[in-house]
Amino acid sequence: MKKNNSLIMRRKAWNQVFLALSVAAAAFGILWLALILYELLSKGLGGLNMKVFTEITPAGNDEGGLANAIVGTLEITSLAVVLGTPVGLLAGTYLAEYGRHSWLANLIRFVNDILLSTPSILVGLFIWQIVVYNVPDSPIERTCVAILGPYCFLGHFSGIAGSFALAMIVIPVVVRTTENMLLLVPNGLREAAAALGAPRSNVIVTVTWRAARAGIVTGGLLAIARISGETAPLMFTVLGQNNWATDMTHEVAALPLIIYNFANSPYDSQHALAWAGALLITATVLTLSVVARLMQPKRS
Amino acid sequence: MADTALAEQMTASLSQRAAAVRKGGSRDTVFHGFTLAAALLVLAIFIGLLGALIIGAMPAFKTFGWGFFTTSIWNPEAEKFGAVAPVYGTVISALIAMVIAVPVGIGIAIFLTEICPRALRRPIGIAVELLAGIPSIIYGIWGLFVFAPWFQEHIQSWVIDHLDGVPVLQDLFAGPPYGIGLFTAGFILSIMVLPFIAAVTRDVFETVPAMQKEAAYGLGCTTWEVMWRVVLPFARSGVVGGSMLALGRALGETMAVTFVIGNDHHIHESLFATATTISATIANEFAEAYGDLYHAALIELGLILFFITFLVLATAQLMLRALERRAGS
Repeated sequence: MKKNNSLIMRRKAWNQVFLALSVAAAAFGILWLALILYELLSKGLGGLNMKVFTEITPAGNDEGGLANAIVGTLEITSLAVVLGTPVGLLAGTYLAEYGRHSWLANLIRFVNDILLSTPSILVGLFIWQIVVYNVPDSPIERTCVAILGPYCFLGHFSGIAGSFALAMIVIPVVVRTTENMLLLVPNGLREAAAALGAPRSNVIVTVTWRAARAGIVTGGLLAIARISGETAPLMFTVLGQNNWATDMTHEVAALPLIIYNFANSPYDSQHALAWAGALLITATVLTLSVVARLMQPKRS
Repeated sequence: MADTALAEQMTASLSQRAAAVRKGGSRDTVFHGFTLAAALLVLAIFIGLLGALIIGAMPAFKTFGWGFFTTSIWNPEAEKFGAVAPVYGTVISALIAMVIAVPVGIGIAIFLTEICPRALRRPIGIAVELLAGIPSIIYGIWGLFVFAPWFQEHIQSWVIDHLDGVPVLQDLFAGPPYGIGLFTAGFILSIMVLPFIAAVTRDVFETVPAMQKEAAYGLGCTTWEVMWRVVLPFARSGVVGGSMLALGRALGETMAVTFVIGNDHHIHESLFATATTISATIANEFAEAYGDLYHAALIELGLILFFITFLVLATAQLMLRALERRAGS
């Protein structure tokens, strides 16, 4: 009896020890994350004022804002979403509605999930090679210049190249959420529409897409959240600059690049702007994630 | 009269209907074609990415051959390049991150599923998931401006002083306290992947059938014994798969590391010393690289990173797929 008691005591003691360790781990992790958010808020709010939205990025230790970078980021991000979302939507539709379990669909699903976590700097290297670097003096560039004239965006750094890179990150996100959301639509709905004589494309567009609409929009929002802070893919595609430049066929200013450059600069005013920009990006990302979460349909 | 009108109407509607069916059929083909093309584009992006990296790396591979993978010299002026130092930094910083983040992440998951008061579970869980979406550049500037100076002043010198004379450890944690360096990079990476690991692990823990846990409690198990002997074995492949996904992220992460690693192509024994990773090297040097060979060497580094992360991510996918199948059946 006594021995039994000591065994129970020992088990209870170990239980206490490990549960305490779990609580400590949780406290440790949450503490750091809270600290980051706190520093971001205090330093970011310190640097945030009206000038941030109305003036362009300063050179040296002058005062200034982030207006050109905000506009540039909005341009690059919007174009990336416009380019990437339709492709992702259609590819996700293929996986969920046509391909299902064919070998091709399985292969594409696998490749898509790899692309979802591929280091984003490699995406930058890829776009740099096909849009920026290998192009000068090639027939492709000559054709491009012949057709588009000064608007040709090949052969040099440009906002459009950055959008291509970000679109490559948007596509896998949208594919994944679209497929998941379409698979949640009950088959009965598809069968009912087909029994009424609707062609397959009609069933998909007017029934399945509509039923999964909230989920698909969620995917789009998550994709925007994902790319709005991406820095590495823009480094060798947009390059970035400090002037007013809204022409997407050439270098434009981008908020993440400005944060990167200003954080590495020796000037306090640029540090303050870097924190303000970081706060803006984080606020955007968190808002988008919260909206996406509110829209997300409950899983059955 | 009326009969012929009706008959005319019927034949008209029949041909109309046939036309509608034909139109629907061809629209089907077009729509199917578009979705298939989009799906193939995903495949093409993947192949293009790999192909472009291979072609871009060719000049460096032709010049250095396999020696690229075994030299640690990185001298752009002399056009001598070797991958050992960045590969070392990439692997070690990611390992430091995993050593810290996996146990802490599992701890958070246990806390959220078993210990946390019910009213706090959802808010804390949602907060952890939202934090997983914060862009990595935020972790980077926090590391540079806040963590590194604090770490340098309060932790690093103390650790260096107190471990002096302890075998092995005195070498691992030696050297002048810079604040930045390999350990700092690994630690910031661990904070970055922590929400991700915690969220995945909690999701997998929640797939454990309540019946199994209750049966174990009914046999008199303590909470810890239920976690260790029932929940963790059941969730093992999910936890490992989720951790591998996090490892893939840590290996390829650029912005959280570049600020705080020091971009130093020498390999030091001490974890407190400066180092470099593949992505940090590319981020720091690519825009200023001169000459085709320099570019090619950096792209070959990228190719190595691609292969490392591909192996890790593919393994993670296969493990999580198996888990999904099991959950589905």
